[in-house]
Amino acid sequence: MGNIIEIEDLHFHYESDAEGNTPPDVLKGINLSIKQGEFVAVLGHNGCGKSTLAKHLNAILIPTSGKVTVDGIDTSDENRLFDLRQRAGMVFQNPDNQIVSSIVEEDVAFALENLGVPYEEMRKRVDESLKAVNMYEYRLHSPSQLSGGQKQRVAIAGIIAMQPKCIILDEPTAMLDPQGRKEVLAAIHRMNREKGITIVLITHYMDEAADCDRVVVMDKGEVVLDGIPSKVFSQVDKLKAIGLDVPQVTELAWELRKAGLDISPEIITEDECAAAIERLFSRTIEN
Amino acid sequence: MLKDITIGQYFPGNSLIHRLDPRFKIVITLIFIIMLFTGKSFLCLAIGAVYTVIAVLLSKIKPKMFWKSVKPLLPFLIITAVLNLLLVSTGDIVWEWKFIKIRSEAIDISVFMIVRIVLLIIGSSLLTYTTSPITLTDAIERLLSPLKKLKFPVHELAMMMSIALRFIPTLIEETDKIMSAQKARGAEIDSGSFMTRTRNMISILVPLFISAFRRADELATAMECRCYHGGEGRTRLRQLKSAPRDYIALAVTILFFGAVIAVSILTKK
Amino acid sequence: MAILETQELTYTYSAGTPFEKTAVDHVSLKIEEGQMVGVMGHTGSGKSTLIQHFNGLLQPTSGKVLLDGKDIWEDKTKIRNVRFQVGLVFQYPEYQIFEETVYKDIAFGPKNMGLDEAEIKRRVLATAHDIGLSEELMERSPFELSGGQKRRVAIAGVMAMEPKVLILDEPTAGLDPAGRDKILSHIKAYHERAKNTILIVSHSMEDIATFADKILVMSKGKLFCYDDTVNVFARAEEISQIGLDVPQITKVFGELKKRGLDFGKEVYTVGYARDLLLRRLKEREVQ
Repeated sequence: MGNIIEIEDLHFHYESDAEGNTPPDVLKGINLSIKQGEFVAVLGHNGCGKSTLAKHLNAILIPTSGKVTVDGIDTSDENRLFDLRQRAGMVFQNPDNQIVSSIVEEDVAFALENLGVPYEEMRKRVDESLKAVNMYEYRLHSPSQLSGGQKQRVAIAGIIAMQPKCIILDEPTAMLDPQGRKEVLAAIHRMNREKGITIVLITHYMDEAADCDRVVVMDKGEVVLDGIPSKVFSQVDKLKAIGLDVPQVTELAWELRKAGLDISPEIITEDECAAAIERLFSRTIEN
Repeated sequence: MLKDITIGQYFPGNSLIHRLDPRFKIVITLIFIIMLFTGKSFLCLAIGAVYTVIAVLLSKIKPKMFWKSVKPLLPFLIITAVLNLLLVSTGDIVWEWKFIKIRSEAIDISVFMIVRIVLLIIGSSLLTYTTSPITLTDAIERLLSPLKKLKFPVHELAMMMSIALRFIPTLIEETDKIMSAQKARGAEIDSGSFMTRTRNMISILVPLFISAFRRADELATAMECRCYHGGEGRTRLRQLKSAPRDYIALAVTILFFGAVIAVSILTKK
Repeated sequence: MAILETQELTYTYSAGTPFEKTAVDHVSLKIEEGQMVGVMGHTGSGKSTLIQHFNGLLQPTSGKVLLDGKDIWEDKTKIRNVRFQVGLVFQYPEYQIFEETVYKDIAFGPKNMGLDEAEIKRRVLATAHDIGLSEELMERSPFELSGGQKRRVAIAGVMAMEPKVLILDEPTAGLDPAGRDKILSHIKAYHERAKNTILIVSHSMEDIATFADKILVMSKGKLFCYDDTVNVFARAEEISQIGLDVPQITKVFGELKKRGLDFGKEVYTVGYARDLLLRRLKEREVQ
């Protein structure tokens, strides 16, 4: 499958201030391509540029230099703005501040209304999207009656209704409780699995990244690590140095390895960890 | 608690009145108001009262609820009635005590006025009780849509109105939270002198405004991401379809209005 | 003596209406002075309602709240004094900041206490130091600061009242790992200096495991347990059943137990797990 997102030497800084001073680059030459159907987590601490990067995928921001193409559309091409936004939908952090309507189903329809989708088609897509995130029974509720996780799923439904090829989620779980996080992550994974939608998940939760196909770690406006989760997480030193966590199991394996034990550094699940410890003990018995 | 305040006073239901097309409901309410002010006799008022009672019964909303909307206006009604009683100087004197003279016509006028205003309140409450604010906004947008040709920003106003409705509960909840947080820092909001209370209001209003602006900013971005570009070429999920019942309701209303006009003309002679 | 005590504390929302809901149901507990307590429970468990009783923001429907052995509602007019003695920091406290300078905002609480300027100054500077805000920041506008700094200004605003009991509702919500560690370590340092009682509400078991002497668990409006951290994690299975997560590392040792490797100890931090494993492995080799 081809690449849906292509980023070439992307530089970005905000506009010069009144005195003509150019602020420093927030993004310093990003090169990244993401395959159609991939589930990618972008990790980094606050202020590393990950949200700025996300905003480039949806033409909320336009590169200062370099090029971003999504599904073949150059994001700086103003004539194809709606076309682009329809193909790459965006979900934000605060569930409250992205719901427009006082009725759930009308909010899901918002983008379709803007795009002028005819009623019959709209009705069908709204119902399907709500069912896809398990919110169909709440279609006539007011958003203020919903929990954070439910609101966030409504926001996702509103994006899915556009039938995008790619969804970019900018810290969608940062404001949710553990239950809400689980619901939202389950919905995102289902979209990826069942509809083949490419997912770019911006987050600082390591456990969310552990379930992805690929992890991209950013620091100070640059991509510093890129690979499958177990490979990326095994670089515990590097991650800790830039202020990120690793899953506790990965950290334990890393600590044990540092103490001279023969244990794989690429452990990211509880089962893998338990199995590895079990092996350590069975080995000592054999000796 | 602020949370307990209900906004828009909408009582969800599935009665005939609830199901009427909101555009028709607005037009019907307007006719009803004109009808009340056209009739100058008690007979006309009686026709209006019959109409109101039928509508209230059809709405299946408890009469108690209508009392709730009349109650806040009672002092105003009583004061106007008393003034009328004292100041009207035509008609026979019915009752006299020192300089106070109550005349028959004064009683007529006061009663007439009170009944008329009460009917007016009940009638317009019926509209808001049976139509959700968002539907109402939508209906107004559509009724006013011919004004678009005159460059009147109908869609923009309706969008602002519906976003306001959407965020009222959110901001109320937020106010509640900020109030608690400042109280936890010893701010006196429910007690203390007027000056301290006013000063402490600032500690609530500033965060509230900042948060409202932040929300507005984020919402605008989110709307843009969902391809919002004004009212042009928009389709709607909410379809307003008029049914035969809407025309019947309108016809019945016009019939009552006709009756009021007829009675007025006939009694004038 | 217990600094904070509740006796059969019950709170019912919208009593007498169809929406009646008992948020806190006959909760009796005693919190000893100088403890660092982790408070857990998922959304709707009644934990937020409970903590708002500790400083008199809510008045019990029935039952009592005792501070230093005295019923806080004995004299209603003195309830403001209770709020100075039991400081409560709400979730996302940075949204309550309103003054023009950091100094003034931290001074808001102490000023409401009616302290003199010199004492206010001493307290503001002392707490700013405790929470890691440098003195240069004092005259800056709080709105120019980073998210993590704003959060610390807001926390300092409550600390500056020098309460006997400090309650923080999810002080690390939405922060990245570096921001979270910073806040938790500053709170810990403050606790060690001021020797006061601190309650921290958190959804993160991993975090609670690192700081709490005791853990208070709420479930469905009732007190599920209030016990030493080690004893609470010993009930990992029950805790999972009421919908709460236990640290990943605890799950690994649970899994090992199932596989026949019982360490006979409750494990809930990575450091402890490493030491324990290394020790046991060495013992085996000696054998």
